[in-house]
Amino acid sequence: MSAPAPSMFTPAAKAMAQKLGLTMGRANLEEFADTLMELAEADPDIVAVTSDSRGSGKLAPFGKELPKQIVEVGIAEQNLVGIAAGLAACGKKPFAVSPGCFLTARSLEQIKNDICYSDVPAALVGISSGVSYGALGTTHHSLHDLAVLRAINNLTITVPADNFETREAIRAAALATRPVFVRFGKAAMYGLHRPDTQFEIGKAITVHEGTDIAIIATGETVIHALLAAGELESQGISCRVLSVHTIKPLDAEAILRTGRECGAIITVEEHLVHGGLGEACASTLLQGGEAKPFRIVGIPDEETVTGAQADIFRHYGISMEGLTSTALDLLQRA
Amino acid sequence: MTNAELELKAIQLRKRLLKVIVDAGAGHTGGGLSCLDILNVLYNRVLRVSPETVADPHRDRYVQSKGHCVEALYTVLSDRGYFPEADLETVCHYQSHYVGHPTRQIPGIEMNTGALGHGLPICVGMALASKMDDAPYRVFTMLGDGELAEGSNWEAGLAASHYQLDNLIAILDYNTLQITGHTRDVMSTEPVAEKWRAFGWNVREVNGHDYAELTAAMADPAVPGQPTFIIAHTIKGKGVSFMENVARWHHGVPSEREFEQAIAELEHREVAS
Ligand SMILES: [Mg+2]
Repeated sequence: MSAPAPSMFTPAAKAMAQKLGLTMGRANLEEFADTLMELAEADPDIVAVTSDSRGSGKLAPFGKELPKQIVEVGIAEQNLVGIAAGLAACGKKPFAVSPGCFLTARSLEQIKNDICYSDVPAALVGISSGVSYGALGTTHHSLHDLAVLRAINNLTITVPADNFETREAIRAAALATRPVFVRFGKAAMYGLHRPDTQFEIGKAITVHEGTDIAIIATGETVIHALLAAGELESQGISCRVLSVHTIKPLDAEAILRTGRECGAIITVEEHLVHGGLGEACASTLLQGGEAKPFRIVGIPDEETVTGAQADIFRHYGISMEGLTSTALDLLQRA
Repeated sequence: MTNAELELKAIQLRKRLLKVIVDAGAGHTGGGLSCLDILNVLYNRVLRVSPETVADPHRDRYVQSKGHCVEALYTVLSDRGYFPEADLETVCHYQSHYVGHPTRQIPGIEMNTGALGHGLPICVGMALASKMDDAPYRVFTMLGDGELAEGSNWEAGLAASHYQLDNLIAILDYNTLQITGHTRDVMSTEPVAEKWRAFGWNVREVNGHDYAELTAAMADPAVPGQPTFIIAHTIKGKGVSFMENVARWHHGVPSEREFEQAIAELEHREVAS
């Protein structure tokens, strides 16, 4: 008998979500799979390319429905990306789908040369990214992907936070004429956005207003930032929350505005503290002349603690409680 | 063009190739000379491509996996009219578009290559796209023998036969040398024909400097349902006596005296033919 997966949210965090009017959606992975199928039904040039990953990518229905639009390459990620590059160079719109840990390490040279340097319109989809595979260990974690991919020219990097951002990121990837990387996890996500929210690649979305402090977050950590903003508000502290769904090109304008208007800044990401959103924001703020009290929250540079995704998040303070306490600590120093 | 005419052209192309490398101050002399006859046959006889059809979706595709022999490719493309011969003087120069490995900035070049083991997977994707669209184009790539140590080639080898890509032709420039020395000493690839046959490929072996053999193997390679692997036995440094079969010429740049000596040798043969 397997133990139930630990919840990502304490009872207090769930109560805060309810207070903020948030409703639980489904996994971004499922949103991705349905969106891709809808797009592929309308565009026969869209091809899913999988490396024995159609099950983990929730693409079995896609394979059944559109068998001519899926290419299986077996467990061979270098070939996965090389084949996707060849398809893209010949007029196809490939979506290479593989766990983020393998896609962005095993096939990094193919991403760099065959996709980005050759400049072909392929989409790379890192599924079960970050620490989604939790207790499976470092082999299955992708905590390096934003750092290495940010250092490669000609790649749009998107990290959607909820079902809405995922759908929009996949739609944008299908329309893109240049290389795109999208990464997300497999846990169910709260919806963060009002129905009238606009999504634009390279434009961060403000999900909560405030000026005492700001939390700049990306991907599946944004919900924790939003819950922390709710908690801080109940303690009389106003907290702005940005969802930075596009890591590259980074919305420097929104980040600098946040630096100007807010008293302190926390960044949070499901990634190593090196080379990801946090250091990108630090660079933007410092070079833009905005030096506010600043803290990067992510996975530290150590052997990652064993546990489910929720355990790892809680352990490193990626939770309503953890971020609230980091904010209070940072404001005392401000 | 007759075989004799193509062979005469090959002498002229070798002279130009050496000039490109000397002007660039860098390049892959030995491998360029070994694969030049293959490129000459590809571009003047086999590939359904032309400078006028670089954007035609039905053109044949050629991806040079052994990207380091770009000087030979530049020389042949320029001769075919893809760009002015004068451009060759700028190869590797500051701000030139002519990089020391193939890039799509250059008319007629399909993909950016140079890191080894990348061409074959890309070509599998291209050949799949051709099949998906029921299109007539074929996909060609050229690999070096040292390059076969890259595992990605074997991943692609599995996929090409799994998908029965009979529109895919890989040519091995089998000059038996790589930068460190003999391929058999660095990392054995033999029995290379049996390996590709075991992977489900249609394997042909030819003299990579024989125009009739090269043409026969490349122009009509197809066994239905099988990708084709052409082992072209070549001589590294082919055409210049003191460069032939000498590993040092892998990326050796001729001195002024060596250049003159090489040109004199080639001109002597040009006059004789
Ligand atoms: Mg060799």
